[in-house]
Amino acid sequence: MSDMGRLIEPLIPALRRYARALMGDAASADDLVQDCLERTISRWHQRRDDGDTRAWMFTILHNLAVNRMRQTTRRGRHIELDDADESAMAEPAHQEDGMRETDIMAAVNRLPEDQRSVLLLISVEELSYADAARVLDVPIGTVMSRLARARERLRRLMQDDTAAAAHVAGRPHLRSVQ
Amino acid sequence: MRPILEDDLHAYVDGALDDGRRAEVQAYLESHAESATRVAGYIQQRAALRAALAPIAAEPIPPELSLRHLMEARRPSRSVPWRMAAAAVVLLALGGAGGWSLRGPASEPMMQHGIAGLAQEAAYTYDVYGADQAHPVEFKAADKAQLVDWISSRIQRNISVPDLTTAGYRFMGGRLVATPYGPAGLLMYDNGQGVRLGMLVRPMTIDKTARMVEHTDGGVNGYAWADKGLGYSLVGSTSSDILHPLANEMRRQINDSI
Repeated sequence: MSDMGRLIEPLIPALRRYARALMGDAASADDLVQDCLERTISRWHQRRDDGDTRAWMFTILHNLAVNRMRQTTRRGRHIELDDADESAMAEPAHQEDGMRETDIMAAVNRLPEDQRSVLLLISVEELSYADAARVLDVPIGTVMSRLARARERLRRLMQDDTAAAAHVAGRPHLRSVQ
Repeated sequence: MRPILEDDLHAYVDGALDDGRRAEVQAYLESHAESATRVAGYIQQRAALRAALAPIAAEPIPPELSLRHLMEARRPSRSVPWRMAAAAVVLLALGGAGGWSLRGPASEPMMQHGIAGLAQEAAYTYDVYGADQAHPVEFKAADKAQLVDWISSRIQRNISVPDLTTAGYRFMGGRLVATPYGPAGLLMYDNGQGVRLGMLVRPMTIDKTARMVEHTDGGVNGYAWADKGLGYSLVGSTSSDILHPLANEMRRQINDSI
């Protein structure tokens, strides 16, 4: 396979993971990845020689994802959480304990999109702060502040979930008193 | 020692600190219980997130994402909301023409009119010249006067070149390009970090005056508007949030210059 193939192919699993974590469902995520790969192929000559293929492909994928989510927003299926206060988001979780992985993704999905993408690019995809800034087309200071907000908000959401789970766990005891 | 800031705590969580700084942060955390609790929570959260998402990357790649398959099936046209909308209209007109693939190689780019046509031309032009490393422009910024004369005489309208330097974009130059409605001027800008913008300008026959609209062609976003019979579209493979204020600034300068 060509140089292009050798550089792109190993990145596909991570691109799929980022797209799915961002979009929520596998079909629309893979659709985005397909679009991203097609664009990467057709714009390969546009890549800067000194540029990093990984950051460049994440940039293309991220822009496609943002456009897709924006279209969804216009159709009214997305709730903008950026302005919502913390207490409004602290609704109790309904899962029992032992579902931590589902819990953390449910909590991540409650973050505003700009915080979610920073968190995923850095914590999961291990992009450097500078590369994340390139992908998101924002200054590095913005990346840092979004990362801090995302982590703190997620931590609080998880704490609330834990508290709610403890509360739920206490219920059978209350019932037995009847 | 430099004070320990919030950024250091996150770099600590991400393993992005050098040994010296990491030791400093560690010492700080030992004497700051609140920060230590938070950082422990962040580390745990990072691990949980990675564990939750790891299985996705381990899945086999579906055949439609195989690179070989994609390179063989390279499509001449791309799916774009407004182009898809136009295609849907054609489909309705054809009535039950089953088996049509909007994304397949059989779908030819459809000609758009008015401001949508301008947006489409701008996206195509940007794809060609925005990607060109050797000759993105025919007249460089230094020959701006000649370029303006050339475009103005060919489109038979006086044009001006908006200045985006305060926004960090340098004027690169431009060229004359062909559209279904005759010649158009293409002005190019870059920010010195590989981000190029293209501004297409041509006389409008349909939408002589049009409010600014956002358009998107996957990775290429743009804002198009028309004023006093001239249509403009600013396009780039950057986010709409970046482009929108630039388009507003261009429109303001153009209006001031006329």
